[in-house]
Amino acid sequence: MCSGRVDLAFILRAFSNGMDGVFIGGCRLKECNYITHGNYHALSNVLLFRKIMEHIGLNPERLRIKFLSSGEGILLVEVINDFCQKVRELGPFGKSEGVDERGLKLNLEAVTQLIPYFKLVEREKLRLPFKSEEEYKEFFASDDLNRLFNELIIDKLAISQILLLLREKPLSTGEISKILYLNPSDVSRHLNSSSRYGLVRYDESRKRFALA
Amino acid sequence: MKNVVTSMDYERLLCATGPYEGEILRASDRKHPHKIAWIQCVGSRRVTPGDNSYCSAVCCTYTQKQVILTKDHDAEAQCTIFHNDIRSYGKDFERFYQRAEILPGIRFIRSYVSIGREIPETKNVTIRYATTGDGVKEEEFELVILSVGLNPPADVKGVAKKFGIELDPHGFCKTNPVNPMETSRPGIFVSGAFQGPADIPESVFSASGASSLCGEFLDYRRGKLTKERVYPQERDVSKEEPRIGVFVCHCGANIGRVVSVPSTVEYALTLPNVVYAQEQLFSCATNSAKEITDMIKEKGLNRVVVAACSPRTLEPLFRDTLREAGINQYFFDMANIREHCSWVHSKEKEDATQKAKDITRLSVARACHLEPLQEIDLPVNKMALVVGGGIAGMTCALSIANQGHEVHLVEKDKDLGGKARRIHYTLEGLDVQAYLRDLVRKVYQHPLIHVYTDAIITEATGYVGNFVTKVKSERGVTEIKHGAAVIAVGADEYKPTEYFYGKDDRVLTLLELEEKIAKGEEKLIHAQSLVMIQCVGCRQEDRNYCSRVCCSQAVKNALKLKEINPRMDIYILYRDMMTYGFSEDYYREASNKEVKFIRYEPQDKPQVEAVKEEGRSVLRVTVTDPILGQNLAIGTDFLALAAAIIPPVGNREISQLFKISLGPDEFFKEAHVKLRPVDFATDGVFLCGIAHYPKHIPEAINQAYAAAGRALTLLSHDIVTVSGSVCEVIENDCVSCGACITACTYGAIEFRETAQGRKAWVNPVICKGDGLCNAVCPTGAVYLKHFTDEDLLSQIDAAVGDG
Repeated sequence: MCSGRVDLAFILRAFSNGMDGVFIGGCRLKECNYITHGNYHALSNVLLFRKIMEHIGLNPERLRIKFLSSGEGILLVEVINDFCQKVRELGPFGKSEGVDERGLKLNLEAVTQLIPYFKLVEREKLRLPFKSEEEYKEFFASDDLNRLFNELIIDKLAISQILLLLREKPLSTGEISKILYLNPSDVSRHLNSSSRYGLVRYDESRKRFALA
Repeated sequence: MKNVVTSMDYERLLCATGPYEGEILRASDRKHPHKIAWIQCVGSRRVTPGDNSYCSAVCCTYTQKQVILTKDHDAEAQCTIFHNDIRSYGKDFERFYQRAEILPGIRFIRSYVSIGREIPETKNVTIRYATTGDGVKEEEFELVILSVGLNPPADVKGVAKKFGIELDPHGFCKTNPVNPMETSRPGIFVSGAFQGPADIPESVFSASGASSLCGEFLDYRRGKLTKERVYPQERDVSKEEPRIGVFVCHCGANIGRVVSVPSTVEYALTLPNVVYAQEQLFSCATNSAKEITDMIKEKGLNRVVVAACSPRTLEPLFRDTLREAGINQYFFDMANIREHCSWVHSKEKEDATQKAKDITRLSVARACHLEPLQEIDLPVNKMALVVGGGIAGMTCALSIANQGHEVHLVEKDKDLGGKARRIHYTLEGLDVQAYLRDLVRKVYQHPLIHVYTDAIITEATGYVGNFVTKVKSERGVTEIKHGAAVIAVGADEYKPTEYFYGKDDRVLTLLELEEKIAKGEEKLIHAQSLVMIQCVGCRQEDRNYCSRVCCSQAVKNALKLKEINPRMDIYILYRDMMTYGFSEDYYREASNKEVKFIRYEPQDKPQVEAVKEEGRSVLRVTVTDPILGQNLAIGTDFLALAAAIIPPVGNREISQLFKISLGPDEFFKEAHVKLRPVDFATDGVFLCGIAHYPKHIPEAINQAYAAAGRALTLLSHDIVTVSGSVCEVIENDCVSCGACITACTYGAIEFRETAQGRKAWVNPVICKGDGLCNAVCPTGAVYLKHFTDEDLLSQIDAAVGDG
């Protein structure tokens, strides 16, 4: 099994279970045990997930990947101790970031539902010809990536969140924007598009949006 | 002195089963030493009576290992290594040295030393040493380790007499220079360090190689004494609830000393679906395995968890144990509470016990979801393909063919011979060209060897036991079906850009120098002086390895020139003389014959300029003399550069064709550097010669026979079994997006037309079980058996704890 086998769903499940940090260890880049170089894939998933964490108000430092060989015991100890120390400093997941429990749960569920979509985006837009960790990190910090992220991910995530919220009870645009800390005009844009796809409907009697 | 120990004693101190159970303590006061010194070359590289004149070849690197382990035990330890040359000539050794060297509190000091005295109160020991800047110093250490070398085995004369074999002057086995596994008596072979001091990979080469040589004698008897194992019929447990048995191993004291095994057993019994748990002293012992088999039957277990060591070594044994009990072997999981727990948490016993419980809980969670899997039996094509017709490739082809298998030998040049065509003699005096002519003749005359020259491989498909390779050669395009492949594509010589090479025809590489000597070129052999510069193009950032052979090559050429023209002034400018093993004697001989060896530092490389000196046109080489600390200018007629050995052109193509990997320096990467040095991780493909890493001719021959021996373990069987833990597609869920196909560089996945349209299909024989496709599949249609989402998510859930 390769570090590239680590599914976004695994990372998410760990955080959903309340883990305060997730560490992924992989073979050194360019020294693949197979011939698939899946560790680059793991790297790009981690960087993508950190971006998502940031977006939903979580500290991305809670997720770390490190590439080392089986002969680097000392390095592993250093890295793990350092990571544990960092996670301890960060404190309990979500609470320390000031994200309320309900919002956190909703966000994580929204992300879970989008995993198949993230996989497609990662494959089509985020797989890079780069060969070094620095280049990957640089790309994920670039304006290009931010633009892609805004175009491809933020809206999808918001819609996913809205639909989850409406599953509980019908809500108005104002109520939704308050709960999700979203701009009311964005919320109504998402509601319009979702109603066009037949996902939500406007309940005239209650003056609220509900699931279709 | 109580606090002076040998390196072998120290190895025991480091060991969990050692005198202090893995704690490093001094014999005098049972205290942890913090200031430790190693003294290298004790008893080796010396001409004093009772000492060995050769270099023991392994001590530099084992010392670095001990230093790293010492820092593992005690991060504050101050380690000092007094050494001569650092002989980091093995594969990845240079990097290993760098790893040890950069650790905090580590000093490598190049100095001869003497032991001063023992301080009566503390029993500390003083060492006197000298450095260039500071002169002689005396320093106190709490523990001193003598890096002792290798001797011939005790009673070596008795052994030699018993077997009727001769010994060499050092008391090791006398071997045939062109086949280091042959003793002086036909039919008796030698492997390992009895050939001469050798590290693990070299010992494994000669072990597998000797087996191939035995095979050449005994092939007609192969398989006559084997009996087929018969396992009981597998019990169908698909209708049963999981009934898990947990066996927790003490591993002698390795686990039990740190982890409370009884409380781990008790805890296991509280876990869901666990119906039985017990402790065992050594789970891997025959009686323990029998106990597991018995308990499976008695308690009706249908899943087994062994909480012990790494699955890397013993998982196959326990799987076999399950088969013996009539349970599918994939109903097994190993909880690693040794490497991942007791060994690394020896000082935190309570936490370690908790962690052992956690690890066991995760294993049990996964075991609930395990499915029975079937392994696939494949027929084995009996032919072999050898890629590369140098000494390694030809030797390997001959040994395989001598055991009755047809061999297709593919060479990219128009002649066989490879790099050896440019080598004329060895340090030991072998006439390489005569040997090579004989080898080529044997290859061409062998009825089972088919030679393809001017050949390129255009396509390679298939899998272990059943490869199909297309070769374009002077014979046209041939499609070769074969069961095994050996990669022996050699390596190239670096073309220096340094020191006017290519611009001034007095600047040569070592190979060019050798060619000129062999031709007897007047200008060269009558030259007044020659300078050789070692490590040109390697042991530096972009090629971070030692080319291993150049120091001996330099000494060889120097001795040859001294023989022809004793008055020639020869200088060898080096960083560390890598004349390991018996080559040390030749280094000493050269030194005695007035060859001047001058060490330079990598940050202060020699400078070369073309000048006129007293009317004579010379190259002036300026180098800092490390002893005098002054610049030394040498006017020389010729300059020979020890150019690096670099990975062969086309190695990437070969690696892609045969789906094998390259290491960080782009030499081919073996399956395991120590334990499987001629195998690739890809089944059915083997490796030998300098495509693996630079090596001397006898070493390449050892490895060539080893590759033949390893190939025979496959070719001599009619079927080969491949793992059941491979990927599979749930066709209904497949949306034929092709993400898995792109991810799988093994080419194991393809589209196939089905009644429901185009769907991905995994060839289980090519799949290596890395599971990348599983992670990229947006619909979860392709999944890795034995490591399914369910298996792994159940462990992630179990990691939360039991409250």
